[in-house]
Amino acid sequence: MRKHGFSPHSLIEALHSVQDTFGYIDREALIFVSGSLRLPLSKVYGVATFYHYFTLKPQGKHTCVICTGTACYIKGVPALLDSLQAQYGVTLGETTADGELSVLSARCVGACGLAPVAVIDGHVAGKLTPESLLKRLEEVIHHELHHQS
Amino acid sequence: MSFTTNLEDLIHVRERVQTELAGRKHRIHVCVAAGCLSSGSADVLAALKKTIQERGLESTCLVKGVGCMGPCAGGPLVCIEPEGIYYAQVQPSDAEEIVEKLDREPVARLQMSTDEPFFTRQKKIVLENCGRIDPEEIDDYIAAKGYHALYKTLATMTPSEVIAEVVKSGLRGRGGAGYPTGLKWTTVAKTGKQQKYVICNADEGDPGAFMDRSILESDPHRVLEGMAIAAYAVGADQGYIYIRAEYPLAIERLRKAIKQAEQGTFLGKNIMGTTFSFHVELRLGAGAYVCGEETALIASIEGGRGTPRPRPPYPAESGLFGRSTLINNVETLANIAPIIRYGGEWYSQIGTAQSKGTKVFALAGKVKNTGLIEVPMGATLKEIIFDIGGGIPDGKKLKAVQTGGPTGGCIPEDKIDMPVDYESLAQVGSIMGSGGMIVIDETSSMVDVARYFMEFSVSESCGKCVPCRVGTSQMHDILSRVLKGEATEHDLAILEELCDVIKNTSLCGLGQSAPNPVLSTLRYFRKEYESYLRPAEQAAANNHGGVQ
Repeated sequence: MRKHGFSPHSLIEALHSVQDTFGYIDREALIFVSGSLRLPLSKVYGVATFYHYFTLKPQGKHTCVICTGTACYIKGVPALLDSLQAQYGVTLGETTADGELSVLSARCVGACGLAPVAVIDGHVAGKLTPESLLKRLEEVIHHELHHQS
Repeated sequence: MSFTTNLEDLIHVRERVQTELAGRKHRIHVCVAAGCLSSGSADVLAALKKTIQERGLESTCLVKGVGCMGPCAGGPLVCIEPEGIYYAQVQPSDAEEIVEKLDREPVARLQMSTDEPFFTRQKKIVLENCGRIDPEEIDDYIAAKGYHALYKTLATMTPSEVIAEVVKSGLRGRGGAGYPTGLKWTTVAKTGKQQKYVICNADEGDPGAFMDRSILESDPHRVLEGMAIAAYAVGADQGYIYIRAEYPLAIERLRKAIKQAEQGTFLGKNIMGTTFSFHVELRLGAGAYVCGEETALIASIEGGRGTPRPRPPYPAESGLFGRSTLINNVETLANIAPIIRYGGEWYSQIGTAQSKGTKVFALAGKVKNTGLIEVPMGATLKEIIFDIGGGIPDGKKLKAVQTGGPTGGCIPEDKIDMPVDYESLAQVGSIMGSGGMIVIDETSSMVDVARYFMEFSVSESCGKCVPCRVGTSQMHDILSRVLKGEATEHDLAILEELCDVIKNTSLCGLGQSAPNPVLSTLRYFRKEYESYLRPAEQAAANNHGGVQ
C-alpha cells in the first residue's frame, strides 16, 4: 500500500498483495485495507466480491484449477469434473473435507493449444484425460504425505 | 529535437547483436512461452544448454529461449537456425542427439515438416518477432529493428503526421469492435492541452483466445513502443497496461521489459534525450470479463468495481480520472511500429477493402494444428481450418466454427468459404471479436454449446443493467430446459424475444452481444433445437394435469 501512496485508487492492488501473501482475504484483512486506504468497508467488500480472482475463503492444501474456457469445454472438461466428483466428492468451488484439495475454475488460462488444461498447485498440466488428471492429483497429494512421514 | 540516443546507437546495437550471431554456426531456439513451458520446455532449454557447455560448443552454438512459435500443440518446440529446422515434442533426453546431429542431418523422428500450409500460408506482421527473439533481452528487439519506429517518430514526424500515417494504414481496433484506430487517435489528440492517458487493454477475457498473452510473452517491447508512439501522437505522458492477473508470465516479462526500456531511455522521462516523456505502469485485473469493456476497465483502474457506464461521453473526452484517454488493445498497438517503419500506404495494401492488414487468431478446439496464427484479412475460414489448421482430427466432420469469444456466433460448415473480415462476420451473425477461433466437430451438441456460453454471460454479467442481469439468466434456464427435453415450441419463441430485448436494451457490449451464440445457433441449427422439443399437445395436457 505504501508503494501506491495509500491512494484509494490502489484498492485492487492492495487486495492482490493481501491474497498473494495470505492465500485469501479474510475479514480482518478487509477491515485493515479499508482503514488504511480510508475507504468504506462496504466498498472494499464490494470490490473483493465483484472480482472472481479474489477469494474470501481459505483454500485447501493443494489447488486444482480447472480451465472452463471454450476450447477446454469442447475438449472434455465435463468428463474431468465427473471424475473429480467421483474420486474426491468435490466439484468447482469446493474443498475436500480433509482440507487437502480445492477445486477451482478459471475462465481461460490461455493455454488453449493444450486443451483441456488444469493448473495444479501453480503448474499447468495440458491435454488431460480423467485418468491422467486423477493420477497427477494423487501424485501431488501423496508426495506431500510422504514428506511429512 | 535533440537526442542523446540516436539512430546510430540503435544501428550500433543491431550490428553488435548481428556480429555476435554471425559468429555462431548454429542457433538453437527453445520456445519459452506459456504453452510450451507447461509442456516442460524449461527443462529442454536447460538440457540443451548443459549439453552445449559440456561439449565446449558455446562459441559456435547459441542456445536461447524465444517467444511463441505458433504450433502450440506440438510443444515443447525447438528450432534450429539458420537451417530453419523445427522439432516438436522435444524431451530433455533428446538434447544429446539434437546437438550431436547439428552438423549432419536433422533428427528425423522429432522433425516437423515446414512445407505445410501452417508455415507457408501465414503472413506475419504482428508476430514477426515471435519465436525469433528472446523476449527478455531488449538488444534482441533492437536488433530486429525495434525502437527504430519510435526514433523515426520523434526525429522526423509531428504528432499530426503520425496520426495521418495511422489513418492512412486503415488499421481498425483489434479488440473486437473494429473502430478505426486513426479516428480514435484524432479524437483524443483534438481534446487540446491537458493531462491525457494511454491505456493498453490486455484484459484478454475471451475464453479460447490467447493472442495478446502470446504477444506480451514473446515480444513485450513491441507493445511498449506502440504505446510510446501513441502517447507522442495524442499528447499523453502517462500510460497504463491493464493486464489479467491470470497471466503471471506475461506480467513478469512486461515488468522486465519496462525496466529495460526505461534504462535505455525508450520510456520514462526525456525519451532518447528529447523533451518527450512517457511513463508506463501495470495494473492487474482480477478476473472480471466485463473489464475488457473500456468504461469498465477505467473503473477498475480507478480501484472500483468494474461496471460499465453509458457512453457518451466516450473515454476520449472523459476517461481515466475524468481525463481524455486513449484505449487500444494489445494487438492494435503491436501493429503501430511496423506501420510507422514501412508507412501506412504499405499496410493498407494488405487485406480487404474495409479491413486492412493481418489478424492474429488463436486456433483451438477440434482441429489438428492448434496454436497461434496470423493471416491477411480476407482469408477464408476454409483456408484457416483446413489448410493452416490441418483439418479435423480423428476423421470427424466439421460442424461449426465459433468466432468472437463467448458473445460471438457459431458459423455453420456450409459457410466456410466466406472471407474473414469485420463486415462478412457481422453478416453471418458473428463478430470478429479479439480473435479466438474454436472449431467444433459433429460430436458436440450446438444447444449445449449455446447453453455453455449463456452460463458464461450469466456469471460475467456485472449486474448493473436489468436486461443483461435478468435476461441472460432467463435464457440460460430456457436452454437448460430444452436440453432436458422439457421445452416446447413456445419456449423457443420466448427465447427469440429475449434475444431481441437483451440485444437492443443492454448498457454495454457484453449484454448487447450476449444473445449472439443463441441467435446464430437458432438460425443455423434450429433442427437441433427442435429435436429436443416436446410436442405441444403433450405439454398442454401435462400443464392441464398440473392445474387439476
